[in-house]
Amino acid sequence: MQTFDLEAEGLRALNSALHAQASTTNQTVWDVVNPKGSHAIAVGLDAPIEVNVKGSTGYYCAGMNKQATVHVHGSAGPGVAENMMSGTVVIEGDASQYAGATGHGGTLIIKGNASSRCGISMKGIDIVVHGNVGHMSAFMAQSGNLVVCGDAGDALGDSIYEARLFVRGSVKSLGADCIEKEMRPEHLEILADLLERGGCDAKPEEFKRYGSARTLYNFNIDNAY
Amino acid sequence: MKDVKSNGIPRTTPIQSATFSQSINAEIRRAAATGIYDIRGGGAKRKVPHFDDLLFLGASISRYPLEGYREKCETSVTLGTRHAENPIELDIPITIAGMSFGALSGPAKEALGRGATLAGTSTTTGDGGMTQEERGHSNKLVYQYLPSRYGMNPDDLRKADAIEVVVGQGAKPGGGGMLLGQKISDRVAEMRNLPKGIDQRSACRHPDWTGPDDLEIKILELREITSWKVPIYIKVGGARPYFDTTLAVKAGADVVVLDGMQGGTAATQDVFIEHVGQPILACIREAVRALQDLGMHREVQLVVSGGVRTGADVAKCMALGADAVAIGTAALIALGDNDPRWEDEYQKLGTTAGAYDDWHEGNDPAGITTQDPDLMARFDPIEGGRRLNNYLKVMTLEAQTIARACGKNHLHNLEPEDLCALTMEAAAMARIPLAGTDWYPGKPGTGY
Repeated sequence: MQTFDLEAEGLRALNSALHAQASTTNQTVWDVVNPKGSHAIAVGLDAPIEVNVKGSTGYYCAGMNKQATVHVHGSAGPGVAENMMSGTVVIEGDASQYAGATGHGGTLIIKGNASSRCGISMKGIDIVVHGNVGHMSAFMAQSGNLVVCGDAGDALGDSIYEARLFVRGSVKSLGADCIEKEMRPEHLEILADLLERGGCDAKPEEFKRYGSARTLYNFNIDNAY
Repeated sequence: MKDVKSNGIPRTTPIQSATFSQSINAEIRRAAATGIYDIRGGGAKRKVPHFDDLLFLGASISRYPLEGYREKCETSVTLGTRHAENPIELDIPITIAGMSFGALSGPAKEALGRGATLAGTSTTTGDGGMTQEERGHSNKLVYQYLPSRYGMNPDDLRKADAIEVVVGQGAKPGGGGMLLGQKISDRVAEMRNLPKGIDQRSACRHPDWTGPDDLEIKILELREITSWKVPIYIKVGGARPYFDTTLAVKAGADVVVLDGMQGGTAATQDVFIEHVGQPILACIREAVRALQDLGMHREVQLVVSGGVRTGADVAKCMALGADAVAIGTAALIALGDNDPRWEDEYQKLGTTAGAYDDWHEGNDPAGITTQDPDLMARFDPIEGGRRLNNYLKVMTLEAQTIARACGKNHLHNLEPEDLCALTMEAAAMARIPLAGTDWYPGKPGTGY
């Protein structure tokens, strides 16, 4: 295992070292100590390595991640795992706004709560939130799955495209063109897999599914507010 | 109509209203019939103060000219010298602006790459991501980082020679975009992770940052992902150029790209294009002032766009303080957009060559702003690239001609003192003395 003191060695050295890991590296486990809320920790990774951040992070931790597993043993600032392509990001604490924004793939697991705009413009990522999500989550969500084991704030799924939203608790309000949808067996199967991957012991049957009514898919003046 | 009535009494001549003109009335009737606002492509068509309202003074006794065809007049420019390990070095200060694959066909993007590369300059992606055609044929390619993040991925990001964070564009500062379903082919849909055939909305603001402090951190992230190798541009529409330039520099931009209201878009509301934003002429000096106030003029480069058409326009931008220009609409025209050879087909679409702007509908007779395979087949990307290169060469030669006449051995040595203004408006906006005077409105110390 490699231990990297971020405070002592600096952000550039950390990301440079992590970028240097090829798919065949044997330096597969990295512990990052003294993160102290730094921004852009472990961004742009592209190797099957495991990075354990021992503390809380600032903005954009694990941004554009590919292949790697990034585990934050604390809370994450805004934009964690933004535009993730593949791999896994786990947040032990809470996540600030824009968690998983525009993510194309991979899995983001937030064991606490997520703030506003969780999963905004998501494009294929799977996000599992053990707690609640804030307002405008899954805004313009294109594809992928957002699982919320707690409650969702205002305007969930506003202008949503083809993403699937699963919420166990209450939804304060749904955004434009977002509706509750029938939970069919195939959805229960998808959800069961997501809950298992996310380490949740909730039952799929406890959730409701939300998605697009598809009334905004083609421009119509009556849709302009 | 006769000017007398049948009884011999002089008739009052019918007068068309300047306020309710024929075109305004037609638009009222169209709106009343359809209940929907007009969407179109392109930039502002209204007449606004522009580069034509400025003239070069040329050399005489007080200035010493260079020989027009012989003496050296450099045109090179380096963009991104502030932070990037690998700044972009261009042979000419005329770049190709961002235009999306989706709005344009793949062959059209290829032609832009070919032409730009032949001319020794850069081209730019657009909403929808990077295509093989464009990357493969562009020696220098700027990758746009847009609010929609359609097609955004770290692999393409690292293939780019520069990254342009798009905050706004001149045709619609403050607005997003829309690619109508007619142009969403299988390939376009796949690149954007959306179903085929639906209208694709491009958001008006970025999903994961909101203000200049956030933007500074976003830029840090992009630099870390690309190992601080490539320049980061920030593109803004011509809204509040002094403050936007100041904040872009504060956020860490290597290059500020400033786009006036004449700059084109693939599609947005006509009312947005014509009524929001400022002409580029009004923006350049304000942006330069911001850079000078920060002590960053020439350290952070300024690229301006929006209605640049000729070498004279290029030279005027340089003289006003820009480091380079970008062209979009002009490049499309060079490729063959709105060419009179397709007049019969423009007529069938209810328009005419030179006025065709329904690019969003995907029926472009020239095969450039379309995803229709039959129409696309009309366009030859090799010939298109050759034409664009020719056009860029002519613009460069024109700009050099003017610079030499002003006694300058590099386009960047052109200065405001080489110019005069033909109108009060241009004088005020560009802070260039009105022709025949040493005064412009707002000149310090004049009381006006």
